[in-house]
This record gives sequence, C-alpha cells and structure tokens, in this order.
Amino acid sequence: MKKVLVIGNGMVSYKFCEKLRSRADGNQFEVKVFGEETIPAYDRVHLSEYFSDQSDEKLLMAPRAWYEDNDIELVTGKLVTQIDRENKMIKTHTGEKESYDYLILATGSRAMVPPIEGVNKKGVFVYRTIEDLTQIIDFSRKVKRGAVLGGGLLGLEAAKALMDLKLETQVVEFAPRLMPRQLDEQGSAMLKSKIEALGIEILLNKNTKEIIGNGKLNGLEFTDGTRLDTDMLVISCGIVSRDELAGKAGLETGPRGGFKVNEHMQTNDPDIYAIGEAASFNGMVYGLVAPGYDMAEVVVKRLTGDKEHLFKGADMSTKLKLIGVDVGSFGDALGETPGCVPISFEDKNAGIYKRVNISADRKKLLGGILIGDADDYGMLLQFTKNGMALPPNPEDLILGKRGSAVAGGGMDDLPDSTQICSCEDVSKGEIIQAIKEQEKPDLQQVRKCTGAGTGCGACSPMVGDIYAATLQSMGKVVRKTLCAHFDYTRQELYSLIKVKNVRTFDDLLDEYGTGDGCETCKPAVASLLASIWNDKILKQDTIQDTNDRFLANIQKGGSYSVVPRVPGGEITPDKLIAIGAVAKRYGLYTKITGGQRIDLFGARLNDLPRIWRELIDAGFESGHAYGKALRTVKSCVGSTWCRFGLHDSVSFAIEIENRYKGLRSPHKLKGAVSGCRRECAEAQSKDFGLIATEIGYNLYVCGNGGTNPQHAKLLAGDIDEKTAIKYLDRFLMFYIRTAEPLNRTSVWLNKLEGGIEYLKDVVVNDCLGIGEELEKDMQALIAAYHCEWKEAINDEKMMSRFRHFANVDDYDPTQQFVPMREMKKPADWE
Amino acid sequence: MLVQYKTIKPEEVSAWKMVLNETDFPENGGLCVSVDGLQIAIFKFSRRDEWYATQNLCPHKKQMILSRGLIGAHGEEPKVACPFHKKTFSLKTGKNLNGDECEIATYPVKIKDGKVYVGYA
Ligand code: SRM
Ligand SMILES: Cc1cc2nc3c(=O)[nH]c(=O)nc-3n(C[C@H](O)[C@H](O)[C@H](O)COP(=O)(O)OP(=O)(O)OC[C@H]3O[C@@H](n4cnc5c(N)ncnc54)[C@H](O)[C@@H]3O)c2cc1C
Ligand code: SF4
Ligand code: FES
Repeated sequence: MKKVLVIGNGMVSYKFCEKLRSRADGNQFEVKVFGEETIPAYDRVHLSEYFSDQSDEKLLMAPRAWYEDNDIELVTGKLVTQIDRENKMIKTHTGEKESYDYLILATGSRAMVPPIEGVNKKGVFVYRTIEDLTQIIDFSRKVKRGAVLGGGLLGLEAAKALMDLKLETQVVEFAPRLMPRQLDEQGSAMLKSKIEALGIEILLNKNTKEIIGNGKLNGLEFTDGTRLDTDMLVISCGIVSRDELAGKAGLETGPRGGFKVNEHMQTNDPDIYAIGEAASFNGMVYGLVAPGYDMAEVVVKRLTGDKEHLFKGADMSTKLKLIGVDVGSFGDALGETPGCVPISFEDKNAGIYKRVNISADRKKLLGGILIGDADDYGMLLQFTKNGMALPPNPEDLILGKRGSAVAGGGMDDLPDSTQICSCEDVSKGEIIQAIKEQEKPDLQQVRKCTGAGTGCGACSPMVGDIYAATLQSMGKVVRKTLCAHFDYTRQELYSLIKVKNVRTFDDLLDEYGTGDGCETCKPAVASLLASIWNDKILKQDTIQDTNDRFLANIQKGGSYSVVPRVPGGEITPDKLIAIGAVAKRYGLYTKITGGQRIDLFGARLNDLPRIWRELIDAGFESGHAYGKALRTVKSCVGSTWCRFGLHDSVSFAIEIENRYKGLRSPHKLKGAVSGCRRECAEAQSKDFGLIATEIGYNLYVCGNGGTNPQHAKLLAGDIDEKTAIKYLDRFLMFYIRTAEPLNRTSVWLNKLEGGIEYLKDVVVNDCLGIGEELEKDMQALIAAYHCEWKEAINDEKMMSRFRHFANVDDYDPTQQFVPMREMKKPADWE
Repeated sequence: MLVQYKTIKPEEVSAWKMVLNETDFPENGGLCVSVDGLQIAIFKFSRRDEWYATQNLCPHKKQMILSRGLIGAHGEEPKVACPFHKKTFSLKTGKNLNGDECEIATYPVKIKDGKVYVGYA
C-alpha cells in the first residue's frame, strides 16, 4: 500500500480525493490531507453567495464526514511548512512530521497585492477566502463607501458584492477598458454601461500611486493627480500561486510562480505532483477551476495505472455570472488570429453586443464575445472547441436564423461526446443518459446526478436545452441506442472507439456500457471495430454473428456456403475449373449468384478450412458474402467488347472492387459500373454505381434492390476516374461513420437531414472540411486489408475451431442432405 | 430427438465426465461436445467467470447449433442466442426468453484442475 499526502484542501484537492477514491480504495492508497484553512474544502467559485446566507456549510464541497466515509484522513487548520524530499517527509507549522510515498501539492493561490504604498492600511482587503469575506462584511457595516482595485472578472464580482452590502461602489482599472484580456473595446464599453446602470461607478485608465489615510485608508491617489475618496478597498489584481514550499525543498517554479510541472503534473521530483492553481504548466498558471480538475484526473489516472492520460493545457474561455449582466468570452475573443474575419452585432437599446471571429476560410469559429445575452455561449464554445463546421451564413450564429427560432446549429448539432460542463467534465451524452435513466425526469435531479451545471454554472442554459430537447425526443421517438448494454447510438460509439482507441468489445463494455452484452450489441460493436481498425475478425470470434465467426454463411441444417471473390465478375477458365473441382470433391451445390459470382453451398463446418485452402491455392480470396461488408461490384462488359461501350467498365469495376474489398460497414455494400447508359450492370440499383458518359462517369449513390427498392441518386456528373474514387472514399467513409446499425445506404440517406443535397455538400463541396480526413481513414482501412480466409487457414489455433465437436473429429451426424437434380440440398426443416 | 435432452440438476449428478481442457474454450463463447451420443453445448462465460452447459439442439427448427450462438445477458440472466433466428434461451434455466413455448435442457458443469466436466444423472 502506498501513502498519498495532499497539501492544501481547496477545490482541486477535494476533487483529487473524490476521483482517487472512485478508482482506488483504502487498501490501495492511504490518503491524508493537510489544509491550512479551518474548514474543509469549499466552493470558492461561488464564494460570493456567502454574502447572502453566510453559511459555510452550504459552500462545502463535502461535509467532514465524507472524508471519514471514504477513508481519508483530513487535518484542517495546519500549514505545511517544509518538505524533506530525501526522507520523503513533510513538517507542519506546529512541528508534526508525516511521511509520504506520493506528495500532491494543491496549495492553490493567494490574491496578488501590488506593491503600492499603503496597502497595509486598515480597510484594505483581498477576496479569496471565507475569512476574507467575513472581514469584509464586518468592516462594511461601519462604512458607506467601498472601492475595488481591478476591473477583471473577479474585481467586478467583488464590486457587485460591495454594492449588495449597500456601499457606494467604484471599480478602479489600470487599463483603458474592463476585462482587457477577455473583451474588445466595444464589448467592454457595453459592459461598462450595463454595470454603471447597476449603480457601480467605473474609473478607467487609473494608475494608483498611493493608498492614503492615517492608519485606516480614506482614499486612493492616482498618478494623474486625481483622487478617489473611499472607506474600504478590495484588491483584486490577479493571483499568485502559493509555491512557498518550493524554495527550500529544491522544487522548480515557473516564470510567473507556481510549481513547475510536466504533462503528468510531476514537479522535478517525480513523486511530487502539483495540481490546480499551484501548478505552472508551460509557464501558465490557470486561474480557473476546470483545468485544476483535469490536472487532478491526470494524477489520479497515473497513480492508478493509466500513464497515457496527459494534461494538454486548457481553455480560458469564461462566462461571468454577475447577476443581471451576462458576459461571455471564448476562444480567440479579441480576433488575434491572422486573417480572421470578425462579425459583430450591437443593440444599444437592449444592451446586447455579440461578436464572433471566423477563420479566413470561413469554415471555423475561432472565438467571440457575448455581452447582455450569453445564452448561446455554450453552443458557440463548442463550435470553437470542436472545430465544427459553420452554418452557411455564419452571422446566423449571433443573429439567429432569420424567420426561424433556432440560432444556427443548436444543441442537436453537437456530437454527444461534446463536453458540456467543463467544471465537472460532463458530456452531452452523459446528461442525456441521466435524463433517460430517470423514470420521471427532473432537471434538478439530472444536475445532481451528473454534476453538470453545479460548478461555475456557465453551462446551465445548455443543460436546460439538452433536457428540453431530450424530453421532446422521448415523446416523439426513442433514442436509437444500441441496446440495453450501451446507451449510445452507433455513431457515438464509432467516435468513442476511434477517439479512445478502443480495441476490444470487453474494453468498450467496461468503459461505456453495462452488463455482459448480448446478441445485438456484440455483432454491432464487432462491425464497428472492423470498420475502424480492420483487425482480424477471428481475433474476437465470439462477438461475431455466426456467419462472421465461421467466415461463411450458415444455411439450413447448419452447413455453410462458400463464395470466393470474383472482382467485377471477370473469371478465367482455370479459375472456373478450380471452383468446379473443389465443388465436386466436397459434394457442394453450385449456383451462379445475382452478384456475378459463384456460390458453393452445403459445406460442412469441418470441411471449410480444406475447401478454402484449395480455393486460395487456386488464387481466390474471401468474397465476404458472410459479412456486412463490400460484396460485389458488378460490371457490364463495356467498351472492350460491347459496340456501345464508352469506357472500360470491367477494368474500373475490378479496380473498385479490389479497392474496397473487405471493407466493413453498417450493412452490406454493393456497387456496379456500366459502360453506357443502357446500364446493363444495374448501377442505379446499387449503394454506389458508375455509368460511363462521353467524358467520364456519372456517380450514383444510395440505391438498393432488396426489400424496398430505391433508385440511386446522382452525386456527381462527368467526373474522371480519380475524382470518382475520391468521392467514393469520402462517401463510403461518411456512411460508415454516421449510419445506424443495419441501415443500407438508401435508408441512411432517407434519414439524413438535407438529403442528397447535403450529401453532395459534404462529399463534393467538402462543407464540413473533413474530406481529407475521410480519404485518409479510408486509405488506412485499405492498407490494413487482408484476406480473412488466408490468414485463418494459416492459424492452427483458429482452424481448430472449425469443427462441429470439440472433443471428437466427427461431422454432425444429424446433418442431412437430399438429392436434387444432379446435386443436393439440405433436408427441409420441420 | 428432443426427448433425449433432459435437464440435470446439480443435486442429481451421479458422475462427472471430463470433456475438454479449460484452455480449449474461446473467451465468452461455446463449444459442442459429444457425450454418449448427445450433443452438449458448453459455454465459458469469462466475463462473469461462469460456465454453463445446455443441449446443442435449438428446439425452434431442430438445428444442432446452439454452441455457435452468441452469449450475453438479459438483465442479470445469462443467455444464448440461436444463430438461425435469434431465439434466446436462459443458460441457467433453459427457459426461452422470447416468450415462446420451447425451452432447452441444461446440465451441470464443473472445472477441476483445468479440466471441464459435465454432470451425469
Ligand atoms: C446467393 C444470392 C442469391 C443468388 O443465388 O443469386 C443471395 C443470397 C442471399 N442473400 Fe441476397 N443474394 C444474392 C444477391 C442479392 C441481390 C442481387 C444483387 O446483389 O445484385 C439482392 C438485391 C440487391 C440489393 O442488395 O440491393 C439481394 C438482396 C438481399 C437482401 C435484401 C437487402 C435489402 O437491403 O433489402 C438480403 C437480406 C439482408 O441482407 O439483410 C439478402 C440476404 C441474402 C442471404 C445472405 C440471406 C442469409 O442471410 O442467408 C442469402 C444467403 C446466400 C448464401 O448463403 O450465400 N439478399 N441479394 C446472391 C449472392 C450475391 C453475391 O454474389 O454475393
Ligand atoms: C471569488 C472567486 C470567484 C471565482 N470564480 C470562478 C469562476 O467563476 N470560474 C472558475 O473557473 N474559477 C473561479 N475562481 C477560481 C477558482 O476558485 C480557483 O481556480 C480554484 O479554487 C482553485 O483551486 P485550488 O484547489 O487549486 O486552490 P484553492 O481553492 O485556493 O485551495 C488551496 C488551499 O490550500 C491551502 N494551502 C495553501 N498552502 C498550504 C500549505 N502549505 N499547507 C496547508 N494548506 C495550504 C489554502 O489555504 C487553500 O485552502 C474564483 C475564485 C474566487 C476567489
Ligand atoms: S449497356 Fe452499355 S455497356 Fe452495357 S452492355 Fe450494353 S452497351 Fe455495353
Ligand atoms: S433454429 Fe434456432 S432460432 Fe430458429
């Protein structure tokens, strides 16, 4: 057992404890926490709420009993003053010593107090702890006026608090505008007028020279010679990390203070970690709680064995929760990216200012500012963070689509993996899941059980939107989740598998599912894994549908059929003879299929490996007739022989079939290439079809014979072969990524919002900017192709599974065939 | 054919027959063994660290196939799905879980020293 010692008991320290205990109990790690403050960790983000109810308890992250229940020893009111790295010990201000295996520094920060003359005068405060607040409240009772030094996020919050304490309040800012790091001039002017309307006076461009007064302050004197009379002053000029322990212990610090850490959150001593505002990562101290929580996660994962999870920096987007004034600033708010295009909107009357910065190619949202109405903050932040494609008219983002109620995009457009609450790291998917899980859905309950919206609250409107949209969807349609074991759609799982690099069904089930799986989710996930990684199907044979498990189609009576690939339907006499010889030797029924190839029926399980060895020796490969995969690309004879043929449709069909052979997809895929518009290959009834024109090919997609026949639709006209392949790569990959399980391309297109026009936009115009990515993904799959049968017959262990009995070599004695014409058929079932 | 298969309860076992090695089995999957002319499907449910045995015959269309079915769970109930028409059966009780009439026989399995045994009446 290892001993983890945490120094500091603030928000991040608490979160660390919570996360550690969710992954490891007291048998794995002994945990002890030292906090300087007298009460356990509390919610500093909502510190200002202390003004209204003055209750510590309401602010606590968790009551003292929580620590006991979770086997964590908490010592409050003790300042750690020394780290002895050599002996792995710490010492407190009262002399106690404590050993550690791992030391976690979560000492947070203190308010920065600029070196102005007179800062030690009575009546000067900072705004950081509950203690600061009680002092401010006490003092405010005796006075009438209060000023805040610093017009940043915290300063404005402090000003609001002073105003609520019934003081005549001013804000003094050094820069020419409020929140200079987050807002542009127009935005801060709008904010200023809004705050002034609340009754707070704002002084800009003021460089404070001295805090004047005799023992107790009575005003500020500025370098421009003017002065401000006031009775108390709250300093809010930023923060400095509490890295006092660094010096003597020989721990390195960052350029602006803070324990210097790497992406594992390790200081220069690998057993000493720093997290939260105490840490300096890449020279940056993050003064927000969400990055601190991310850091805590990194350390917890590392301690519990996952060393891959790294801290990658964080986003400094903010939404101010000053009552009455909504302020949001996200991404590149000031438009500093070269070539970016700002679009802004101002309504002085309503007090609204919005600005979005669009990338030079008008495809991505870089950042923006929202004043007066920040409802869309969460959505816009997601556009920025996820690099999502913008609507055709980006101004819709801030103006709303004229004539319709929804602003561009809307919650529905966000992928479920989207992080909605960054404080608690809750994704859209998790919120939706929580709603679905409740018998009588209740927004409060959803917040409570997911934690979404309980941090800084910036995401609350989004949580509400998701809640509403989900309920609506529940009334109308059921969410297309996979089954009881996965509350995700196929598309969501596709992303999860890919992004999280999931390789096995069990891993996916452990991480994102519940229970033990079933006959619905196993093959669906198997198909996804195949579509994403193109690994050997037989590696995880027991999650495959029976056809895939034995790489053959099961037939009546439990025999199998064998379909070798015959690309484009072109076959040599030798190969025809080879098929005939194999069929004869094993007594198989043969038939020319509707897919321009030959099916051999009635193979016994024990014979499959032998049959395939012979076929492979004759130059055949698996035809994937058993899989949800590319089947055939039919051809007509085309220009080589046909008097009407415009191009060599056979060669092109063979090329395409060989390109996509083995491609696993949500449902089977069929293609065809016709040499002219007489269309002998029936290309317009295929998932993709090409018809030769005078100058190239017309590419049709999403056609289908089968149960509900549908004609394919034109995706692009008169394109050359190279372009056709490019569009096919994109089209097929986009389908594979987004379709529900067992939806043919036709069904998928029918459900796709925007239909064929949208599909054209994605594939041909690359409106999502993912064209190259899709081509790359396809290239990776093509490169990973292997003939499943060739690999299988060379693997003895796998081949040993191709037996009816595992303990004797017999065929299934109950299997019966009866003669039919000159061949055989299985006995009818009862 | 159907009448030959009868559930044997653990308390009815009079003898155990060793059929295979534990390592012969795929994870979370089944194999068919021949035991005195009967076809028994044995399943290694690795996820739950459990073993089950049933008749190999699917009563729906009388197909000798259940050992090749996908296993999983319906709530807590472990089950196997027939590859032909996806009828599902409880691995514990043999009951059909689609609400159909037919059910299958189940047999006791035990593992000792890496060997897999099926119980006889
Ligand atoms: C062998 C073949 C019939 C034949 O003797 O010609 C055939 C046989 C089967 N078809 Fe087919 N289909 C065959 C061509 C077709 C065609 C024609 C074509 O491809 O041009 C169609 C209509 C075109 C289409 O798919 O859009 C066709 C539409 C279906 C459907 C309906 C699909 C749909 O979207 O509605 C199914 C059912 C399914 O896949 O879910 C199906 C399913 C089946 C299965 C796999 C049913 C099953 O699960 O056992 C049959 C098993 C064949 C086996 O054991 O090998 N088969 N099937 C053809 C094999 C083609 C090949 O070489 O791979
Ligand atoms: C008024 C206010 C409003 C805020 N609003 C927001 C907001 O809206 N959104 C947002 O993201 N963030 C906000 N923040 C910032 C957020 O509160 C901090 O990012 C967060 O609290 C940092 O957590 P921490 O655990 O790193 O540090 P802290 O919460 O500061 O905890 C550190 C603890 O360690 C103790 N400690 C220090 N040194 C020692 C030692 N040697 N021995 C023992 N104990 C020690 C300290 O006393 C303290 O209790 C706000 C902060 C304030 C003050
Ligand atoms: S349709 Fe065109 S290509 Fe097909 S056979 Fe006739 S002419 Fe040839
Ligand atoms: S034969 Fe088993 S379900 Fe039909």
